[in-house]
Amino acid sequence: MEKFLSHTGTAIPLRRSNVDTDQIIPAVYLKRVTKSGFEDGLFSAWRSDPEFVLNKSEYQGATILVAGPDFGTGSSREHAVWALQNYGFKVVLSSRFADIFRGNSQKAGLLTVLLPQDVIEAIWQTIEKDPKTAVTVDLEGKTVRYGDQSVPFQIDDYTRWRLMEGLDDIGLTLKKIDEVGAFEAKRASFKPVTLPALQ
Amino acid sequence: MGKTLAEKIWADHIVSSAANEPDLIYIDLHLIHEVTSPQAFDGLRLAGRQVRRPDLTIATEDHNVPTLNIDQPIADPVSKLQVDTLRANCKEFGVRIHSLGDSQQGIVHVVGPQLGITQPGMTIVCGDSHTSTHGAFGALAFGIGTSEVEHVLATQTLPLIRPKTMAINVEGTLKPGVTSKDIILAIIAKIGTGGGQGYVLEYRGSAIRALSMEGRMTVCNMSIEAGARAGLIAPDETTFAYVKDKPHAPQGADWDAAVAYWKTLQTDADAKFDKEITINADELEPFVTWGTNPGQGLPLNANVPNPADITDAEERGAAERALTYMGLEAGTPLKSVSVDTVFLGSCTNGRIEDLRAAADILKGKKIADSVRLLVVPGSAKVRLQAEAEGLDKVFLDAGGEWRNAGCSMCLGMNPDQLKPQERAASTSNRNFEGRQGKGGRTHLVSPLVAAATAIRGTLSSPADL
Repeated sequence: MEKFLSHTGTAIPLRRSNVDTDQIIPAVYLKRVTKSGFEDGLFSAWRSDPEFVLNKSEYQGATILVAGPDFGTGSSREHAVWALQNYGFKVVLSSRFADIFRGNSQKAGLLTVLLPQDVIEAIWQTIEKDPKTAVTVDLEGKTVRYGDQSVPFQIDDYTRWRLMEGLDDIGLTLKKIDEVGAFEAKRASFKPVTLPALQ
Repeated sequence: MGKTLAEKIWADHIVSSAANEPDLIYIDLHLIHEVTSPQAFDGLRLAGRQVRRPDLTIATEDHNVPTLNIDQPIADPVSKLQVDTLRANCKEFGVRIHSLGDSQQGIVHVVGPQLGITQPGMTIVCGDSHTSTHGAFGALAFGIGTSEVEHVLATQTLPLIRPKTMAINVEGTLKPGVTSKDIILAIIAKIGTGGGQGYVLEYRGSAIRALSMEGRMTVCNMSIEAGARAGLIAPDETTFAYVKDKPHAPQGADWDAAVAYWKTLQTDADAKFDKEITINADELEPFVTWGTNPGQGLPLNANVPNPADITDAEERGAAERALTYMGLEAGTPLKSVSVDTVFLGSCTNGRIEDLRAAADILKGKKIADSVRLLVVPGSAKVRLQAEAEGLDKVFLDAGGEWRNAGCSMCLGMNPDQLKPQERAASTSNRNFEGRQGKGGRTHLVSPLVAAATAIRGTLSSPADL
C-alpha cells in the first residue's frame, strides 16, 4: 500500500445522504476478478444525467469527494473503494461513514475523514463558489485546510500510523502468527470444521 | 460488572490485545462466494501465501449464478469466468466448495445454518454484509471486504476495534399476519440506516424468544440495514434443537460440552449496554418500504409520506428524491400501489418456512394477470424440501415461476432483474435505487405480504384477501 502523509487537490461536492455502495458501484460491475478498471461503474446510474456533479466540467480532475452523511451504506463490496480509487479519488470527507465501507477504505488506502456536518456544509459552499479551491488533507497533522480555513479531524492512532507507513495488515498479523497457533491449540474440540464434508 | 453476549464472544476470541491497537480476533468460520473472493486469492498467490485453515473455510456459488438452465454452461462469459475462478481457487487452495448442481449449493447464509456449521458462540465472517444472519445462533457474525477476506484466508484472524453494544428489546406478542420481517423493518424505521453504526445489536425480549430460528435469521440478517455490522440473539432451547440434527452438529460428549458452553452465552443480568431501545411487538403491523433506503418504511395501512412534513432538511431532501425515483405521490395509500413483480427469496426470506408461509396464502388461488411472481429458494436443499412438500406445485398452479437457488433478483447481478420503472414487492433486504435492476423500484415486504400482493396486484396483507 502507498504511504499517505498529505494530499492536496480539488474537491467535488456530492450533496446526497445515504449513498449506498450499490450507487457507488452497481452489482452488474462486480463480475470482474481484478481490482482495476472499475472507474466506468462509479456512480454509473447517476452519471447518465449530464447535470450530475461528476459530469460538470468545473469539477474534472477533483481528487477529494465531499459526501453527505452515511456514505457507503449497504453491501460490503470493496469494489466501491476500488471504483473511487480507480476514478482518481484519494480522500472522501463525510460526517458519517458506514462501518464496513470505512474499514475497507482504510485497508485499501483510500483516506476517509470524519468531519462535522457543518464543516462539510462550509466546504460544499466554498467549492461550489470556487471549484478550483485547493483542499489539503494532512494526515500527519490531522487537519483539513481549504481557503484560509483549517479544521482538525480525529482518526485513531493505529489506523493513522498504518496509512502513513503504508503497512500491509497481513504482514503485521503474520508477525504474531505464533500467538495464533497458541490460540488454536486451546480451541474447544466441539467447534465445527468444514472438512471432511458431512451432508 | 457483567458482560453482554457480544462482549463474551469477543473475549473468547482474542488472540492478542495491546493498548491503542485493535484486538486480534480469531475467526471460527470463513464463508466464501464468487464475487468478493477472486482478488483475495490473487493476493495470496502474489505473496506466496497459503490458506491457513481450509478446514474452517467453505465456499458456495450464489451471487452471480443463473436460476434457470443450471445444467448448462453459464451464458454470460464474464459471470462464467468469475464462477470458474472460484472453482479453480478452491481446488488450488484445498477449500470445500458447493457448486451449481450440488445439493448443498445455495445462498451462503442459508447453507451455513443448514449444514450445522453455524453454531452459537462462534465468530463467523464472509465477504458479504448479510453475514449478520448467523447472529441468530448467538454467533458474532459480520460482513467483511475483500482485503479482510484475504487477511482471514492467510491468518484466520482479523484486527478489529471492539464495537459498542446496543440492546433492542422487542416485548409482547405479534398479531397474526405480522412476522419477523415486520419486526426488523420497524426497527430500522425507528433507528435509521445509520442508527447501528459502531454497534453490535442484541435482539432481546419475549417477541424475539418466541421466533423460530428462521424468523430470528430474518431479523439478524437486516442488522446491516440499520448500520450495524452484526446483530445477535442469545442461544436457547430453540437454537439447540435446530442445530442438533444438522450434519456438522457436535456428536456425543462433544454435544454435551458444546451445549454446556452455549448455555453460558447470555448477557449477564448486571451487564450494561451502551444503548438500549424498546419496541412494542403488540403494536406492530405488516410493514412496507416506500423509499430508496430500508429506513424509509411504514405500516402497510399508511399513506406515502409528504416530504414537506419532515423537519430535517437532509431527510426531507432524501424523501423528495426517493419519491421521484419511486414514482410515488405524497398522500397515496400504500395499499393502492400496483406492482409488476413479486420476488420471494433471498438470504432474508428464502428459507423453507418463508416458502411455506407464502404457499399457505397462495394455495388454490391465482396471481393477478399483471404480476410476475418469481420464487427463488435460498438453497438447493430448500428447493428439494419444498418440492417434497408440494410447494412448487402451489406456486406454479398460482401462475408463479419456480427457480433454482441463488441470490437472484435480490441484487440483480444475474439475469433476474427488474426493467427500468418496473415495480416489485420483494422479500429481500435492500430497496436502493437500481438494486434489483437499473431504474427498478423496490418495496420491501414479508413473505405473507408478498403472497397477498401477488394475488391482488397491489400492496396487500393477507387480511385484505
